Amino acid sequence: MSAPKVGRFTSAAIPLPLENIDTDQIVPARYLKVIDKAGLAEALFRDWRFNADDTMRIPPFVLDEPRYRGRSILVAGENFGSGSSREHAPWALLAFGIKAVIATSFADIFKNNALKNGLLPIVVPQDLHAQLLAMAAGDGASEITIDLAAATLDSGAGAPYHFPIDVFNQKMLVQGLDELDYVRTHSEEIAAYESAHPRPIDTRSTPAEGRTA
Amino acid sequence: MPKTIIDKIWDEHVVSAAPGAPAILAIDLHLVHEVTSPQAFSGLRARGLPVRRPDRTVATADHSVPTTPHDLPIADQAAANQVRQLEQNCADFGVPLHGWGSAHQGIVHVIGPELGLTQPGSTIVCGDSHTATHGAFGALAFGIGTSEVEMVLATQCLLQRKPKSYLVRVDGQLKPGVSAKDIILALIARIGVGGGTGHIFEYAGSAIRALSMEERMTICNMSIEGGARAGLIAPDETTFAYLKGRPHAPQGAAWEKSVDYWRTLTSDADARYDKEIVIDADALEPMVTYGTNPGMGLPISGRLPDPSQESDPVAARALANALTYMDLTAGAPILGQPVNTVFIGSCTNGRISDLRLAANVLKGRTIAPGLRLMVVPGSTDVKRQAEREGLDRIFRAAGGDWREAGCSMCIAMNGDQLAPGEYAISTSNRNFEGRQGKGGRTFLASPLTAAATALTGRITDPRTVEQARQG
Repeated sequence: MSAPKVGRFTSAAIPLPLENIDTDQIVPARYLKVIDKAGLAEALFRDWRFNADDTMRIPPFVLDEPRYRGRSILVAGENFGSGSSREHAPWALLAFGIKAVIATSFADIFKNNALKNGLLPIVVPQDLHAQLLAMAAGDGASEITIDLAAATLDSGAGAPYHFPIDVFNQKMLVQGLDELDYVRTHSEEIAAYESAHPRPIDTRSTPAEGRTA
Repeated sequence: MPKTIIDKIWDEHVVSAAPGAPAILAIDLHLVHEVTSPQAFSGLRARGLPVRRPDRTVATADHSVPTTPHDLPIADQAAANQVRQLEQNCADFGVPLHGWGSAHQGIVHVIGPELGLTQPGSTIVCGDSHTATHGAFGALAFGIGTSEVEMVLATQCLLQRKPKSYLVRVDGQLKPGVSAKDIILALIARIGVGGGTGHIFEYAGSAIRALSMEERMTICNMSIEGGARAGLIAPDETTFAYLKGRPHAPQGAAWEKSVDYWRTLTSDADARYDKEIVIDADALEPMVTYGTNPGMGLPISGRLPDPSQESDPVAARALANALTYMDLTAGAPILGQPVNTVFIGSCTNGRISDLRLAANVLKGRTIAPGLRLMVVPGSTDVKRQAEREGLDRIFRAAGGDWREAGCSMCIAMNGDQLAPGEYAISTSNRNFEGRQGKGGRTFLASPLTAAATALTGRITDPRTVEQARQG
């Protein structure tokens, strides 16, 4: 398996200043009947981008505004990615070309899922958030450079901002290392733990006759 | 150092804790369903890896399956394909499956507890954010993404940083007509949908102790709606009485030994929490949501908030957007709002006690003309039990639709959905835009409030219905 690898990239941003954007908006549930990860770009923010008859909304949703096309950084409001655990949300954002989401906070499961796929959830303070939103919506194509190895976000205005990132996630993504491979290097410890901690749970045993509902 | 129940379960499951790295946490039970697992099994195939512990893994089909009779094939080809893929994956990897049409099929968070697989002190994960449900047994249970599903299938472990702790103490006694759903909706209305981010809730206090296991599951289920990946309740005699005699519960000497251990799973009296909140159960009314996230809820006697009264401009715009989507007027009472559909079911409120409460309100009555009432049992076992008790006949006689088990209109993946613009009162957990069907509008409420509303076709206070007050 090829683990995601993230370095340094530069792009202007797309402004989406809404709070509590839930994963049902990022990928509506009817797009979850897939058994692979392909084709999810068209599902991204589907119901905010398209009418019921699949024509694009007029005026278009921010992702479809011509001046924002091709940008790979999304600036959204607090608690981005709340709700469902669907990993289809980061898959769809990446498929659309988004490499980082900047917000004042993220929902826990979304943040985990994003990091597993190399989509950067970057938390910034309120004032910088407001500044980045204004820049994104402004006339100039103000670019932001994100450098994961240095954990910096440079918008050209003032000193680069050092964003918080879990050092483990940072190392894995910068070096392109696979988390599952990492856990498997601990197989002996896992086996030792399992033999020392038997549990009275066996899903394969034939259910005894017993009370259910 | 004094420990919370969260510390105790966590410490018991740490396999390895290297400096700078997240803990490798052992997982006791992995629940699998058709929607978030296909890509994980594909990943195992690509790596040439088996499922490490099929005996700690169990699957069911719940999200995309139809709730129409099982003698018909699954009409939606994508859903049928996904269910077939699950069957193939379980067969190839030796994972036990309670599949579509089988005796114990049902919503993954309903069947785990009813089969006795959900046990105190366990770590439980599932590719589903409502996994917190199992915390009702004093288990550390949380939702994971598909990459993590793959990791748990391969290693029976998860990489985790330890979350912070958040004590939710609910003191006092619920008034008649007010139920567990109202406690959790009130909590989320107070702290907001991001209030518990980075934390695990421990629910405690006299009002929590007084709840049945199914009511406790309703509360823990919606922890994620308050931003917390997990929520739990220390096990007690209510827990043990629920578990005893269930198919996968320990038996004989193993039962006694397990109960002795489970009794140690309480937070020490002087344990410290990172956050705390106190809720007065006596002061709670039935709750209803009015907006597009579960934090937008109010007591049923309340009026819709006004964006112009909101000082924070971002919050004002969010509220205005929600009222626009819902097509509701600021300042109007929530009572009396008309609905087109009543949905009773889901992993939040699709258990037998929920159906009994709703049936008690509807017994011998009929629903409002033109209204659609859909009752979907949380599992096939719940369905059989309800039919033994004649609840299906009560719902049908009232004019309702009695369905097969599944997630159904909670997530609207299976054809059970609202039409654009339609209003539903729903016992489920999410009122996000389009959650119950594109363009659909959802009011979240308890089974009592939903059933009382079914009688009139307008949001109705269950305390005005004699049978609900007795419930």
